[in-house]
Amino acid sequence: MRATLTVFVKEFLENLRDRRTVMMALLFGPLFGPIFFSLMLQFALDRTRAIETAVELRMINSAGAPNLVRFLESHQVVVLDIKGDAAVARSMVADRKAKAVLEVPADYGARLASGAPAPLRLYTDTSRNTDTREVARIRTLINQHGQQIATQRLALRGVDARLLVPVVLQNIDVSTPASRALLVLGMLSFFLVLSLLTGGMYLAMDSTVGERDRGTLEPLLATPVPREALLCGKLLATCAYMLLSLSITTAALFLALSRLDLEQFGMSANLDPRTALALIAVTAPLIPLLAALMTLVAAQARSTREAQAWLGVLQLVPTLPLVFASLMNLAPSLPLMAVPSLSQHFLITAVLRAEQLHPLQVLVSVASSLLLGVLLVMVAARVYRRESLLV
Amino acid sequence: MIEARQLVKRFGAVQALNGVSFRAGDGRITGLLGPNGAGKSTTLRILYSTLKPDSGSAFIDGELVEQENVAVRRRLGVLPHNAGLYPSLTARENIEYFGRLAGLSSIAARRRADELLTLLELEDIATRRAKGFSQGQRLKTALARALVHAPRNLILDEPTNGLDVPAVRKLRALLQRLRDQGQCILFSSHVMQEVALLCDDAVVIARGTVVAQGSPEELRAATGADSFEDAFVALTGVNGDDT
Repeated sequence: MRATLTVFVKEFLENLRDRRTVMMALLFGPLFGPIFFSLMLQFALDRTRAIETAVELRMINSAGAPNLVRFLESHQVVVLDIKGDAAVARSMVADRKAKAVLEVPADYGARLASGAPAPLRLYTDTSRNTDTREVARIRTLINQHGQQIATQRLALRGVDARLLVPVVLQNIDVSTPASRALLVLGMLSFFLVLSLLTGGMYLAMDSTVGERDRGTLEPLLATPVPREALLCGKLLATCAYMLLSLSITTAALFLALSRLDLEQFGMSANLDPRTALALIAVTAPLIPLLAALMTLVAAQARSTREAQAWLGVLQLVPTLPLVFASLMNLAPSLPLMAVPSLSQHFLITAVLRAEQLHPLQVLVSVASSLLLGVLLVMVAARVYRRESLLV
Repeated sequence: MIEARQLVKRFGAVQALNGVSFRAGDGRITGLLGPNGAGKSTTLRILYSTLKPDSGSAFIDGELVEQENVAVRRRLGVLPHNAGLYPSLTARENIEYFGRLAGLSSIAARRRADELLTLLELEDIATRRAKGFSQGQRLKTALARALVHAPRNLILDEPTNGLDVPAVRKLRALLQRLRDQGQCILFSSHVMQEVALLCDDAVVIARGTVVAQGSPEELRAATGADSFEDAFVALTGVNGDDT
């Protein structure tokens, strides 16, 4: 027991001195998720705001359609008249001088007056998806203007314009602000699980292939300490780094989210410190399992480089249940709570939704993860007893 | 006392050891001598229990060496091939860590490290990290680490590898002093002069078996060779041409 503690303290401090481990396990790893996440949300926010700002539209022969121009200008479109023809319009859009150019043909007015379909030409570049929102807005406005004219024409002829609207589809959204936020926040469980893996990866490698590569494993195994005690000390240090990484990630995510104005999306997230602690608590039972799994994988590798490659692949494994959960639309149930990583995803989601946690489900999740963890630790101890660990 | 009895070890198709037996007594320096690939390191690894023999057994002070037998390793100090220090720990930390693992209290480990740092003239690098150590500094630190729990038996795998002449001389003096205190010292080498100068007994090993043992003088006399080096060549069948 004392030897385990000695190994734990030494591994913990030694890795704290290794700049690469600290950068990866406690800085880049934990902060990647929150930074990526807040950038994504910021981008989405900017797009929402873009809808309320004015759009520029260049028009050829705008004098030919004064009512349309007035309509557009009353809907926050800035109309800029330009001289030229179809070729000018094409080149302006192609050269990205304008997102859209509207050409009013010379016969527009005459055809409109006679009740014949009046043509308008809208030049856009659909391969530029950054413009689609603005172009769609212009297109909708022009169609609205057309609808207005049609309604007026029917009214003049004494026909009820409602005849043109046989069906009305009403969208009723039953999502609550918290559940809408969850669409985005669902990714959180992915980042939390990932933070565990990046936090423990270097120590898991260091305790097996790393020691072997540096030639320190041999004198260590020649000390009067049972190998299980050595392994336990190393696993504890790995677990400690994983817990640190998880805590940093959670704190950073909460900081990033509180900085963003989620209400803009009509979302509210449950972001008090107690939620953060609850998130860490429901995710933590996964730690021994993943620590032992990474140690096992690293112990099979012939070199640190190979171990790195395998652990890279391993990072995908705990995220697979999350993918299945969203693809198959899985709902929490008692048997599914026995699946590590999936059950944590469910619990994280429930905590964020501020839902009442089902005690039995929490118990099954914690117990199954810990039990599997103990099992894998035992397997790792067997591997650590093998002499092939040395060669 | 360190004893090997009929050690046999095979790695895949390679028969590394084929019945190695010898005894290294207390108060004596025993040299395990042999050409590269003769099975020296494999023998030593079995003696300090990181490898398990296919058959045969090893004893330290009469106790059977097994991976599970922690007590037997407490009687043993080991200097493995290439020292193997933790690069981001200081010399002192490397020594104290192994002291703690051998069961010393933190105070005892610290005191013992002080002693060894002085004894091996390591004071100036005591608080430096092992990363940039010279070969001699690495070796001395690893030797201090092997001695930290004052073991009765010492196993050194090629301890003079890469050392300059003054360093080798100092090492020799230190080992002789430990020998005079009654310790059992077993070291491996492929350098004949070294064995001839240092050891009281030599065990010559070739192709996984012991081909001769005795004092360097006895071995020379038995083979009728003029020098120990010629005796070595005669015993192992290895000459300069095919190595």
